Amino acid sequence: MLSKKVVLTFPQPLLDKAIVYRLIKDYNLIFNILQARITPDEEGVMILEIRGKREDYKAGVDYLRETGVKVRPLNESIFWRESECTHCGLCTDVCPTQALTLERPEMRVRFEKKRCIACELCISLCPVRAIERRVNKKRKSDEDI
Amino acid sequence: MKTIREINEKIKQGKAVVVNAEEIIDIVEQKGIKRSAEEVDVVTTGTFAPMCSSGVFLNLKQPKPKIKIQRVWLNNIEAYAGLAAADFYLGATQLPEEDPLNKVHPGRFVYGGGHLIEDLVAGKEVELRAIAYGTDCYPRRELRQKVRLKRDFNDAILLNPRNCYQNYNAAVNLSSKIIYTYMGMLKPNLGNITYCSAGQLSPLLNDPFCRTIGLGTRIFLGGGIGYVLGKGTQSRAEVRRRKGVPVVPGLTLSVKGDLKQMDRYWLRGLSFLGYGASLMVGIGIPIPIIDEEMLRYTTIRDRDIYVQVIDYSRDYPYGEEKVLAEVNYQQLKSGKVRLGGKEIPAVPLSSYFRAKEIAEILKKWISQGKFFLTEAVETGV
Ligand code: SF4
Ligand code: SF4
Repeated sequence: MLSKKVVLTFPQPLLDKAIVYRLIKDYNLIFNILQARITPDEEGVMILEIRGKREDYKAGVDYLRETGVKVRPLNESIFWRESECTHCGLCTDVCPTQALTLERPEMRVRFEKKRCIACELCISLCPVRAIERRVNKKRKSDEDI
Repeated sequence: MKTIREINEKIKQGKAVVVNAEEIIDIVEQKGIKRSAEEVDVVTTGTFAPMCSSGVFLNLKQPKPKIKIQRVWLNNIEAYAGLAAADFYLGATQLPEEDPLNKVHPGRFVYGGGHLIEDLVAGKEVELRAIAYGTDCYPRRELRQKVRLKRDFNDAILLNPRNCYQNYNAAVNLSSKIIYTYMGMLKPNLGNITYCSAGQLSPLLNDPFCRTIGLGTRIFLGGGIGYVLGKGTQSRAEVRRRKGVPVVPGLTLSVKGDLKQMDRYWLRGLSFLGYGASLMVGIGIPIPIIDEEMLRYTTIRDRDIYVQVIDYSRDYPYGEEKVLAEVNYQQLKSGKVRLGGKEIPAVPLSSYFRAKEIAEILKKWISQGKFFLTEAVETGV
């Protein structure tokens, strides 16, 4: 049994549910939707935790890719460069998990890394590009995705 | 009654009492107007917000042979060169020639005039390219050169025709689609409300009729010293007010300062998704407490400053602004506002946290005797 967190990007957001549910039916995979969103580019982004047998997992990911879905492991971290941040607060509006929040009454922005699910919605919205995606060091289990 | 000369004398002696526009509220609550007006000499204000109507006049050191610049680009961003030989004006929202704009919507506007100004202030090297037709006195026809602010320019004057809006709109989206505006990303069906003012810290809300602010007022500008040049473009005095404070975008200021003594921390290039590039400018204005009336103005607080809510999906773009509601800054800053029967998230675009930092810096400068007040001419509205 293997368990992985992956990020799926769908070119058209409306297709996502149907495609994902085939993973259960045809590939015996169990999944848990951690987050589903439509990005500003009108793409659907879904973060899934997938569990199942290794072969099934591989076949399932292949199937997703064939249908045009981008699949990548959730092995990226979001970095908030505090020294670049102007504390405007704009990003707190899109953050689905409240990893980015405004502390009141100071109106100071705070980033809590452990709440961040790397959905990246904040990245293009930040007017000064204070938020960056950085790829974590590769772990062995991620190589085959 | 105190004169500005008397206040400056106190600053010189290190005896001036200086507080910021947030602190004054509590002081007056404790001591009352009369005593506070006698004790407090200066109230400092601040704002750090996107200010699109900003730019820099640059004067390039002449190369040999000399050039009468006809067109000029810095990092591929064109500046306006229809001035004397080596002068040009670089605007904050100008985009590079090859920018994809909104072709793939929403455009990202990764680099524009505002970013270029930030790079210049940071001391970075930028690529200059200029063309000319050649004259007897200016024979050169082309110039390509790496330039740095302090090394290659004689002068760099930040000169902004409209900054420091007294108040602004709060923006919502009544349509069923996401829209991208200069007020940020607005979610469909009243999904959020955005606003852009430092509220009770904002300079022109603390002197709502510009009794002390006018041509010649010395200010904090982009981390350095600047001056008010008078009213900015689109400045409007005859507007609807609540408690003396405009409910709509009211007065504006035009300002200038020497870019070479400014700091990148207070002049930041901005990329607004789907809208364009801009510049975030830090401005702080000292309000001299010349009498009780002036003190009373500076006690304005967020809950008394109202702003009109405007739809940016249709009403604003088509010039048919209708006031959907009026909300105050205390409500907005709480992060949630009730509108149309539901609670919607309120999101700022200007930084209150850093506006306060500006008010504090200005306070320190004045307390330490490094910054003196000036007597403005052409005050009033
Ligand atoms: S990537 Fe940004 S928006 Fe998404 S959860 Fe992390 S901090 Fe929040
Ligand atoms: S949008 Fe960017 S600059 Fe503004 S608070 Fe968020 S991280 Fe900071």
